[in-house]
Amino acid sequence: MAWLVVRLAISLSLLYTASAVFEDQVGKFDWREQFIGKVRFALFDTHSQASKKLLVATDKNVFASLNSRTGDLFWRHVDKTGPEGHIDALLMYGQDAVVVVGNGRLLRSWETTVGGLKWEAVLDTGSFQAAALIGVQDFVKYVAVLKKSAISLHDLSSGSQIWVENLPDSDTVQYQTIYSGGNGLVFVLGFVPSSHIVIVEYKIEDGEIMKKKSVEAAWMSSLENSCAVISSGNLLCVDQTTQSLYTLPLQSAEHTEMRQIHLQTLDLEVASGFQPVLTSTQPNPAQPPLAEFFLQLSPDHHILLQLKDDLIAPLRDFNPSYLAAFATSGEKTVAAVMTSKNDTACSINLFSADTGRRHLDTTIIYHMDPNGGKPNRLYVHAFLKKDDSVGYRVMVQTEDLTLTFLQQPGRVVWMREEALADVVTMEMVDLPLTGTQAELEGEFGKKADGLLPMVLKRLSSQFILLQAWMAHLWKLFYDARKPRSSVKNEVTIDTLSRDEFNLQKMMVMVTASGKLFGIDSKSGTVLWKQYLEDIKPDSIFKLIVQRTTAHFPHPPQCTLLIKDKDTGLGSLYVFNPIFGKKSHISVPALPRPVLQTLLLPVIDQDYAKVLLLIDDQYKVTAFPSTKNVLQQLQDTASSVFFYLVDSSQGKLSGFRLRMDLSTELIWEVVIPTEVQKIVAVKGKRANEHVHSQGRVMGDRSVLYKYLNPNLLAVITESTDIHQERSFVGIFLIDGVTGRIVHEAVQRKARGPVHFVHSENWLVYVYWNSKFRRNEFSVLELFEGAELYNSTVFSSLDRPHPPQVLQQSYIFPAPISTLEATLTEKGITSRHLLVGLPSGSILSLPKMFLDPRRPELISEQSREENLIPYAPEMPIRTEWFINYNQTVSRVRGIYTAPSGLESTCLVVVYGLDIYQTRVFPSKQFDVLKDDYDYVLISSVLFGLFFATMISKRLAEVKLLNRAWR
Amino acid sequence: MATIRVFSLILSVLSIITLLWTQSGECNNGRRLGDAVDTDFSGFSVPLEHSFEIDDVPRFRLRGALQFRGGRENGVYLAQNQLSEKDRNTMKDVAAVDGLYRIRVPRVSLQVDRQTEKQSEGYITAFVRACSLVESHLSDVITLHTDVSGNVIGISIVTIPGSCRGIEVEDEVDLEVFNTTISVVAPVTAPVPETAPYIERMDQEMEKKGKNPQEQKSFFAKYWMYIVPLVLFLMMSGAQDQSGGGGGAGGGAGNGGGR
Repeated sequence: MAWLVVRLAISLSLLYTASAVFEDQVGKFDWREQFIGKVRFALFDTHSQASKKLLVATDKNVFASLNSRTGDLFWRHVDKTGPEGHIDALLMYGQDAVVVVGNGRLLRSWETTVGGLKWEAVLDTGSFQAAALIGVQDFVKYVAVLKKSAISLHDLSSGSQIWVENLPDSDTVQYQTIYSGGNGLVFVLGFVPSSHIVIVEYKIEDGEIMKKKSVEAAWMSSLENSCAVISSGNLLCVDQTTQSLYTLPLQSAEHTEMRQIHLQTLDLEVASGFQPVLTSTQPNPAQPPLAEFFLQLSPDHHILLQLKDDLIAPLRDFNPSYLAAFATSGEKTVAAVMTSKNDTACSINLFSADTGRRHLDTTIIYHMDPNGGKPNRLYVHAFLKKDDSVGYRVMVQTEDLTLTFLQQPGRVVWMREEALADVVTMEMVDLPLTGTQAELEGEFGKKADGLLPMVLKRLSSQFILLQAWMAHLWKLFYDARKPRSSVKNEVTIDTLSRDEFNLQKMMVMVTASGKLFGIDSKSGTVLWKQYLEDIKPDSIFKLIVQRTTAHFPHPPQCTLLIKDKDTGLGSLYVFNPIFGKKSHISVPALPRPVLQTLLLPVIDQDYAKVLLLIDDQYKVTAFPSTKNVLQQLQDTASSVFFYLVDSSQGKLSGFRLRMDLSTELIWEVVIPTEVQKIVAVKGKRANEHVHSQGRVMGDRSVLYKYLNPNLLAVITESTDIHQERSFVGIFLIDGVTGRIVHEAVQRKARGPVHFVHSENWLVYVYWNSKFRRNEFSVLELFEGAELYNSTVFSSLDRPHPPQVLQQSYIFPAPISTLEATLTEKGITSRHLLVGLPSGSILSLPKMFLDPRRPELISEQSREENLIPYAPEMPIRTEWFINYNQTVSRVRGIYTAPSGLESTCLVVVYGLDIYQTRVFPSKQFDVLKDDYDYVLISSVLFGLFFATMISKRLAEVKLLNRAWR
Repeated sequence: MATIRVFSLILSVLSIITLLWTQSGECNNGRRLGDAVDTDFSGFSVPLEHSFEIDDVPRFRLRGALQFRGGRENGVYLAQNQLSEKDRNTMKDVAAVDGLYRIRVPRVSLQVDRQTEKQSEGYITAFVRACSLVESHLSDVITLHTDVSGNVIGISIVTIPGSCRGIEVEDEVDLEVFNTTISVVAPVTAPVPETAPYIERMDQEMEKKGKNPQEQKSFFAKYWMYIVPLVLFLMMSGAQDQSGGGGGAGGGAGNGGGR
């Protein structure tokens, strides 16, 4: 019987928490954007004229096919992160795309229409150098892969290895390039720095070395960029120090040294400090490359040259020119060159490759985004028009990772913001009020000026509100007659306004490339973007909302702290999060590395919260630092505490602000680094509300929560990684007094530890190295049956340590990230959002993670709605909030409250971005979509009339009785 | 059966109790000291220093000596001096300006075999508001926290009561002797998923089910002999209804269901 009750309790509790999306709700309040990252290789499918495929391989180890008409993804393959999945080379021939992955570990061939894997070959070890398609008699049959010490040839249709040969003297010679002109030979080019070039000639059939020669080249420093093979096997190199070009026919036996051609004889000069780049083109791997090539002499100077009869002749000089690229369609090869037009636009022109003559009417104007970066890559798709002239489209990649696809005469066909594939941090900001609402708000902000004007102002604003309401009603009526699909109105930056329930917000996203985005949370439209130049890679970003939208007419204000990873020097960028405009507020200079930032509840006269920045000499800089602020800081200095973490020394220290804005050390906790190292420190979220102070127990007594807003959760990992001795340490430290409130070790455990610290609980996930599984553990802190001081919490006056309850559970899946839902008032029950590596987001009710779950159910635990303890955490498919919209490589989950208590906004970011709403306690404050208004109103009216009639009947009856 | 249940109940209660932060009222509360429990302690002492200054610049003076006792029942005792007249006055003055009373101990390892190893330099410090110390008549609770291998990582000091109400402490005698409760706290071992008791419980349930099959039968299995005739009767009456020419919506549906 007890077991039946247990099961009943479980099923009831599940009934209570189960929630899923209905089919017709798909895409109603959620959206997903898929990204690929920074493009490293891009190839257009020139196999057929009508083909729309664009194959790309990116630095995020993504191999994808884009629709070149719309920019949408046809398919996408996301490989492992890190060097293991790194895409080394991408080659395409016909319907096949050959990819070398993982520093030459794997060779894969993909079918390009549907993205299916045709074959995969595991290559021998050795670091990857180059790969090339090899053609024999006008047919491309093989692919050659050059490693540091070996070359292998594979069949293109099956992937089987034809032969593999060791390279001669590979310990001294650096082999870097493969070349084949379709004449049955493969040339492998290598060099010994500052000495000579080595050319080895292999026979395609069996890999026999036909010839091997070395040619004097004392100036040589790298083969890859400064050399190219052009025109039926001529090696061409350029050297900056000698200001010369060198040529060498690969096949001839008599040449023992390279022929030097001084650039001076061509009236050319390489810009000082610039490594010149040679670009040649080989339209068909089975045929020799063209005799024409580009030589880049300085960042904005290209020249098209031709090698003819051992003579190099300039065809056309492009000065200035940013980018140049070859493209081939059919038999015609063209060169596209991007030159500057004016400050805001570039023009791209098409030139015939063999003559250098400009094609008429081929200009594409590329308008540079004033908030974007400079273009740095140009990919050209050339095609033959009906009249046999060459048409083309270009894809431009800029420094801020925007891909723009353009066609003549400059129409932007599509744009992709690939910077969003690497979101570092984000915030959600409320949208501003509409004009009328703002008007009403403004009324209260102004100084009172007499009774009558106030009354008039009130009346006028009420009238405006009435007007707006009428207009709204009219619009509703008008829209109701139109079909539903056409009602959807575009979101633009001008029409932005807060909706009734504050469900639509502005997502401010900071990406690793230094580009900021403002995205509408309802539709996913990018409303503004701003590229910050000169941001070093791996910088650390911290986004702070200093002033929300609530302080009309002051605009909202966000501050981004950008910290250099090596030097620790920081800089501040202040902007308006709604419009993306940079603020003109003077920003304090930060000459010293910033250790810690602190957003105080102190506000200046313009309602901006004060940001304190602590540098490495423990000096404090306030921003904004007006007189008013400094005065307030002096008044509140004794109650401003902050902490610093030095994980390299295992030191946590607490400081107090002094009147003169200097600081004093007040506590120190040192966790010896020989035993364990601090991996993460997390406080609670400042905007979190806790509705109930305690939990009502089965016997109607109250167990009060220990709600310490200053509590820090410090997670450590042991330095000993032996599976029996490794452990994870959990310290709960008060950030004001430095008191260790709780200290626990999870033995036989290992990181990575993900954790959420909220309310009175801490949930963490670790890897149990003994049982080889992921486990959840939950810690809850309670003050007990009585509160020490129920009115106010002070870390300085809470002498009794809290009671700590803890329980652990098995979680049958790996985890990428963890976050908790957040609602406006904290009444709604909490869920944990678990990002899984599979791309699913699990919404796990917190009631499953409750250390008070009883072993045996009793009357009291049933009264409290506690689920009996089960060691394994269930995973139910209806808990996946993103149904089939998986998010690749989840890195973070951001939650924000909405105006509805039941609703929490969720943004998941990683390679993709997914936005949705979750309702942890279901939509208790919203009527359902399919709510039957007709029924309820007819029942109401029916009842109303029934009462009227029965009243009348009763009256008649009473009257009749009275007459009797 | 009942005994087992009671036993597991006690177990669960015990496990909760061990998790609770029992307030350490005594100097030696028998708390386990992690790994350090089995190692032998020979007594050694560590200075406890304190500082309370009007200008709030810490100048640490000796307050007492923490004496760690060896043996299995390891404990710590604090031998401390009385506050001098001058100190008492300073303390009062500091309390009046809401200054801090700081304490510190050097970073030491409580494990004897590590004592001889290199001593990590530096101190760990903590503070309490001087006024609360004065108002509590120098009754403070000092807790030393150690890590798994017995290194002291943190110290905390609280006074009971901890508030500052601005009560004047007139009696000089109240500020002479510290009434200190001192304890050493080692990290507790966090629980792991308790699979064994759960499986045991499941087995019990299964056993019970096997023993008492009658009870486990479902509602339908138990009462089918009543349900089937009832359903048949309803169907028959429905069919009769329709043949009788009633032809209502209900009759039609009943008929449809019957087929």
